Amino acid sequence: MTSSAATAATARTSFDVQRVRRDFPILAERIHGKPLVYLDSANTSQKPQAVLDAMDDYYRHANANIHRATHLLSERATALYEGARGKAAAFINAPDPHTIVLTKGTTDGINLVAQSYGRSVLREGDEVLISWLEHHSNIVPWQLVCEQTGARLRVAPINDAGEVDLDAFDSLLSPRTRIVAVGHVSNALGTVNPIARIIEHAHAAGAVVLVDGAQAVPHFAIDVQSLGCDFYVFSSHKMFGPTGVGVLYGRASLLEAMPPYQGGGDMIASVTFEKTSYNVVPYKFEAGTPNIGGVVGFGAAIDYLAGIDRAAALEHEDDVLAYATARVSEIPVVRIIGTARQKTGVLSFLLEGVHPHDAGTILDREGVAVRTGQHCAQPIMDRFGITATIRASLAIYNTREEIDLLVRALERVRGVFA
Amino acid sequence: MSDLSDLYQEVILDHNKRPRNFRSIESPTHRAEGYNPLCGDRLNLYVQIDGDVITDVAFQGSGCAISKASASLMTDAVKGHTVGEARELFERFHHVVTTPPDQPVEDLGKLSVLAGVREFPVRVKCASLAWHTLKAALEREQRASTE
Repeated sequence: MTSSAATAATARTSFDVQRVRRDFPILAERIHGKPLVYLDSANTSQKPQAVLDAMDDYYRHANANIHRATHLLSERATALYEGARGKAAAFINAPDPHTIVLTKGTTDGINLVAQSYGRSVLREGDEVLISWLEHHSNIVPWQLVCEQTGARLRVAPINDAGEVDLDAFDSLLSPRTRIVAVGHVSNALGTVNPIARIIEHAHAAGAVVLVDGAQAVPHFAIDVQSLGCDFYVFSSHKMFGPTGVGVLYGRASLLEAMPPYQGGGDMIASVTFEKTSYNVVPYKFEAGTPNIGGVVGFGAAIDYLAGIDRAAALEHEDDVLAYATARVSEIPVVRIIGTARQKTGVLSFLLEGVHPHDAGTILDREGVAVRTGQHCAQPIMDRFGITATIRASLAIYNTREEIDLLVRALERVRGVFA
Repeated sequence: MSDLSDLYQEVILDHNKRPRNFRSIESPTHRAEGYNPLCGDRLNLYVQIDGDVITDVAFQGSGCAISKASASLMTDAVKGHTVGEARELFERFHHVVTTPPDQPVEDLGKLSVLAGVREFPVRVKCASLAWHTLKAALEREQRASTE
């Protein structure tokens, strides 16, 4: 770029990581006197200034409750809240904003589907099929509803690379399979599942499919109509928005037929002590005053991503991940966990002779933030015969230079335990 | 600012590398399993009590350097002591690792190397796991958890 005019003209079709970094004020923080190297975005992402501003503006100029007052502030708040719903629909190419239920997050969305849809359709002998890669939040809600209904939870195994064994997955599909719930991208290993193929086969067996997209939406564009899934859930906070907000996309006919999940204000049409009738979809599933300020911030996060060339951003992230994989692999005592052919955003590994928790403490002193532990995915750890990994996870703002700092900090870890 | 060498002292690194009493005891009089769900650390503790005296104590499991070294140091510290003395030492150790770093604490001899965790609040549970497991074993509970 030679001039600011040229920069402005091409900014939407190329990817300038330094420019992106300047959008995230926290990236200028110093940690224990060192520059922050934030490699924990799969845990939660950082937030751009635009998101912070949107929430601040909302509380300064529009704060009121939604859907229920005649005054101007309530009108503004309602417009912002419903505007974010529309943005979320466009973000995943949902056919209609009314197929978007605003939730507290991915976990809330999965529990909603398990307790509302699952509990009303599952009978004794029915089966729910998940994969070995799932986060605890896509395991436990199904265990709960299976206990309640007498249905059985089945688990498709993974291979040594951390990929779902598709033949085994197919052989577990049967007329008894009522629900298939799988992650789009593994939070612990970064595996990208062949989700379109999984959905197609599950549908052929007559199952309804929920996709946990929490780790997919920050990295690439989603089109729920072309995927053909029945439910798609994700969280705002992993895609540069605030915590406490998420989306459940549901096929309209399914949402219409589902009973309410929680009772309260805003989800009703009329209430008497004899009989209550419910509001229409999606409001039927949004009991109580929601996290309005958070939803406004979420809308700003969607706008932020809309202003970025996502394909170019993904290319950049893939480059940093490939670089990280190569650099970390050069360390002689490293064992990489999760070597799937299709991966995004995550490098999970072990340093022989060093417990990940010790590594995490020493990395932190070097300014490097990673997650260590089992990543809410204990079955994956058990599958590989380990108790924990060091997980470096990436977002659009990470750079090769930060990977160099990670590698240098890992050398420091080895030094302490030499 | 606290230094990493306060946490990873030679004694801790040594006990991590060569943990003492790292074995099982066949049919011990007391045993307990400790678990730290935060990091997945697991610890099986075996205690042999004859009369009122801890005549043998051993552990197995996987964990970080801090939890392993703490377990190793603990077994050395309580072996040959009475159950009452072990309980009292638990209280004193617990007090040391949970006292804010800017306040003085008593000298617990070798065990004092773990006082460095006070500068690293998320690691206090690592240092405490073995001790909570010992307490559970003495109380004949099956499991201890730092949560």
